[in-house]
Formats: sequence, C-alpha cells, structure tokens
Amino acid sequence: MGYTVIEKIIADHSSEEVAPEKIVWLNIDVRSARDFGGANVVKNLEKNYPGESHVADPTKTFFTFDCVVPANNLGYAENQQVARVFARKNLPRNNLYDVNAGIGSHIMIEKGIAVPNSTVVGTDSHLNILGAIGAFGQGMGDQDIAFTFKTGKTWFEVPYTMRVTIDGTPAKNSSAKDVTLGVLEKLGSKGALGKSVEFYGATIDALDLAGRITLASQVTEMGGIIGLITPNSSIIEYCKERSGRDFPIHKADDDVDYVEDIHYDFEGIEPRIALPPNPANVRPVAEVTGIKVDSVVIASCTNGRYEDFAIAAKILKGKKVHQDVMMKVVPATQEVYGQLLQNGLVDLFYQSGAIISNPGCASCASGQIGMTGDGEVQVTTGNRNFTGKQGKGDTYLASPATAAACALAGEIVVPEL
Amino acid sequence: MKKSTTLTGKAIVIKDSQGTGIDDIDTDMIFHNKHLHITDINEMGQYAFGNLEGWKEFSSLVTENSILIVGKNFGAGSSRQQAVDCFKALEVMLIIGESFGAIYKRNAINSGMPLLTAPEIMKTAIETGDLLKIDLTTGKISSETKKLQFSNITPLSQVQLDIYYAGNLFEYGKSLE
Ligand code: SF4
Repeated sequence: MGYTVIEKIIADHSSEEVAPEKIVWLNIDVRSARDFGGANVVKNLEKNYPGESHVADPTKTFFTFDCVVPANNLGYAENQQVARVFARKNLPRNNLYDVNAGIGSHIMIEKGIAVPNSTVVGTDSHLNILGAIGAFGQGMGDQDIAFTFKTGKTWFEVPYTMRVTIDGTPAKNSSAKDVTLGVLEKLGSKGALGKSVEFYGATIDALDLAGRITLASQVTEMGGIIGLITPNSSIIEYCKERSGRDFPIHKADDDVDYVEDIHYDFEGIEPRIALPPNPANVRPVAEVTGIKVDSVVIASCTNGRYEDFAIAAKILKGKKVHQDVMMKVVPATQEVYGQLLQNGLVDLFYQSGAIISNPGCASCASGQIGMTGDGEVQVTTGNRNFTGKQGKGDTYLASPATAAACALAGEIVVPEL
Repeated sequence: MKKSTTLTGKAIVIKDSQGTGIDDIDTDMIFHNKHLHITDINEMGQYAFGNLEGWKEFSSLVTENSILIVGKNFGAGSSRQQAVDCFKALEVMLIIGESFGAIYKRNAINSGMPLLTAPEIMKTAIETGDLLKIDLTTGKISSETKKLQFSNITPLSQVQLDIYYAGNLFEYGKSLE
C-alpha cells in the first residue's frame, strides 16, 4: 500500500517506520516560538537545563512576535522582552523577528525559512498553515517547543489521511475564503478530527499562494492536524527563489488507502459567512443580509496578504466606509505592508476612512487591534469567532470582498465584483 | 538502573453505577478548573476525579501500584498538565484506555506516564481489584486473578519507552548530551 504526502514528509525526517497511529521521533528543520508562549519556552529551558546550552542549532531556531505587536499591555511587554533577550544572546540576530515583522507563519514562507517538505514547529496553533506550500507545520505547547529548541526533534503520532477533492469555478464574487468556508460548512468542526487532509481538484489547482494559505489556515477549525496542498510550479518557483534552496516535492502514491475520500462540486459557489459562535456555522451571505455591522477587520494569517487587500481595494475605491463602521486594515507582514504602500493601497484605504495598522495578528489572538464590546457586531476575514475570543461582541467570518462591502453598507451585504 | 517494562499492579476500572465504562471523561472531570492554581504536584492527588460522578473519592481508593483502566476519548478537553500529574501524584503506574484525547496523550507521554491504548478493554472481564501483569513492550496483559490473557493492545512505541526510561521529556533531553 502506498504512502500519503504527510507519511512521506515524516519518513524523510525520521529513522523509524512510518504508519498511521505510530509515534515516531521526528527531526525538526525549523523550531520557533512567538510572543505567546515564547517566554514560557525560555523559562522551561532555564529551569530544566540550568547552566547548559539551550539551543541545539541556533541557525534553525527562531522567535517571531506577532500576537500583540507592539505590546499594548504589561504582560506581553514583559514576555516579549524575556524572549528578545534570550534570542539576542543565543541566536543569529536575523532569527529574531521582532514586533515590526508581522505574522510568524507568513514570514517563514516569505523568507524561505519554510520550504516544501520541511518540518516546522512553534507555539502557534495555526502553524499548520504551512501545508499551503506542502510543508509540515505544527503548533505545540511551550514544554514541547522548549524540548525541540534543546534537541532538534520531537515525537509525533502519524495521523490518518483523508482526501478532499474540490472541482468547479466559484462565483465571480467568491474567493478562496468562500471555498474554505464552504468546506467548513460541509465538514463541520470535527470533520477532519485528528487527520491530515490532502486537497486536490481543479478549484484547488487554481488557487494562488494567498488562496492556498487561506484554505490551509482553517484546517485547524475543521479539527485537522494539517491540510496539505501539493505545490504547483509557481509555488515551487516562489519557494526556490525565496529560500535559494532546492527541495524534494512529494506526491501521494497512486495506491494510497485514504480513511475518507470526499468530493465537492463548488461550481458557482456563492459568498459564504460563518455566524457566531463557531467557524463551522456557515451560511450563504445572501441568507443573513441586513444585520447591522459596527466593525470590519481585514487581516490575519487567513486573509492578510496583498491579494486579499487588492480585492477589498477594488470594492472600496473612491468610496467611504459607513459612518457607523470602524474599519481596520492590518497586513500580515512588513513585506505586505510595503506592497500596500507602493501600490497606493494605503492611500486608498486612508481615503475610505479605514484605520491602518502595522503588521500583526490584528484582533485574532489577544488584541493587537480591534477587540469588541458587548453587542458589537464585527465582520472579520479572520479564522475564529468563538464566544469571547475577540471580546464580548458577535464575530462573523467572511472574505475580504464581503468584509469590504459590509464596511461600505454598514450592514451584512453580498459583495459585487 | 533501567526501569522495568513489566509492571504488576491492581486494576481500577472506571465504570458508572450500571457497570458500563465511562467514555469522554474530560480534563475538568479529572482535575477541575477550580484547582488549576495548584502547581505543587504533591497537592494534586486529592483532587483526581474530583468532578466525576461516582468517583469523587478516587484518591482514597488508590493503593500503591494502581493501574487505571478507562474508556474512550479519555482526557478530552483542555491542555492542563495537572490532569496527568494528579495521577502521578497518587503513584498510579499506568493508564490503559480504549482511546485518548490527543493533547492528553502528549502530556502523559511527556511526563513519563505510560499509557496503553486497548480498544476493547472495557468489554473484557477485568474488574477493579484484579491483579494484572503488563508487558509495556509487547502490550500483553495477563490477569493473575482470572487467569486470562489479553492481546490486541498497542505496545509502547520507542518514543514512549525512551521518555519513560528517562523519567520525563526534559530528562530525556538531558540524556542526549
Ligand atoms: S492571525 Fe490568529 S490564527 Fe493567525 S497566527 Fe495570528 S493569532 Fe494565530
């Protein structure tokens, strides 16, 4: 019986035999911690290995600050400083991505730190987003990550793999986010529980890097370990250029026995929106129009790339957001921020009345920008809308196009493109 | 001295008052969140199963060398390490379950608590008080009391054995130097 993509990646990084349910030692190419959990990683290392070296390979070890950047509360300021001091002392200076840099997982792709077939762990529960380029990414707790800093390896239970094939061309006003929400709607929050997902089909083939990131970023909300998309030539090209390296590309064998094999036809799929209180609570936007909106956020590791802002800009161009709407724009990284500046999008968003922030996780984790008050209705391009996660308000998840259209209308509307 | 991989101990089978195995025991039933402020492992034992109907007196039932036998999806829910440590505090030597929550499994392995997956264990004749002998490397369980043998149990992987011998994940890290 053949091997799945995740099994091949694991086999490349382990000396043990690989099969579902087997727990193996896995060599980790990139070990990272962010401002959330980073200070605890340092404390675990200092407590358990006093007086010893704490980092097996400094060149493979990284800190990325992205949750609350720059720190807007004392706790985060303290934690960032603990991690910053540790990084300056133990790592090459370039391996510390400080509060100006943006979302860690995106930086790893942009800087060529993560490449197809590489293994990456960190304290970010959405690090499996790296499945977008065919890399193994996994979020773990601070003890686990401290151990990888120290030893360069971790143990991992090989998951079962399911295959999801999606065909069809989405409606003109739909994008990767609507496809992603469409999958969540069908699979539900436990549909991929504990499994690795391989995505195939014409709809997936048509996704660019930003679109692949959007889909891979929400496999966590489907309960999955990771969602892997085999890189096409343009993704391979991008990763080669960014990393200056070559890497193997693994394809699943023809005779793989998937635990589940699902096919969706998304021909003409209309814009989707996830209603509170969970990301799988998905409806067509057209069914929930008219709900008054107080704030709109275009940001996050799910939809914080240049391509996402370009779509929003098309809708906002020459128009002003509704006077009762707070509109927040947060690029995923410094590079994306630069693209917005160079291509006139910062000016365009400014003219439309938006608040534009430095790169980071925006409202997602602990409130870099944009927490909600009781009764506030927020439409965000982010990935989670659990009760209380971004404050007491109600959070809806939608595409950049839908979010921008809602910002203009002051209520939930179907975007026109 | 290498720790032994053959363990002998007394079973405690977690069933409800009808005698059925209890599935989906979450970390709040194992170690309730009102005790999360406790960080000293020596204080944790008394609260083990403090929120599980019928088992609130668990800590007084545990004798030395107890083997905990549980149903499906044991340890679902939050990532709290105390839900493993409370059993370590009581010197529970092993947990055998039909299946485990993924984070619970990570936490148990990392803290050196051996954990065997035995999909049908609740359907066997094993009862609380039975004297069991277990080989962690083969997964073979035999009941000295009932003269029975059970297989179809996943033995510990190399990873689990490595960490078990070392004591916990961090000790294992030291042993690599
Ligand atoms: S945007 Fe949210 S989900 Fe994404 S990395 Fe940041 S905190 Fe995690």
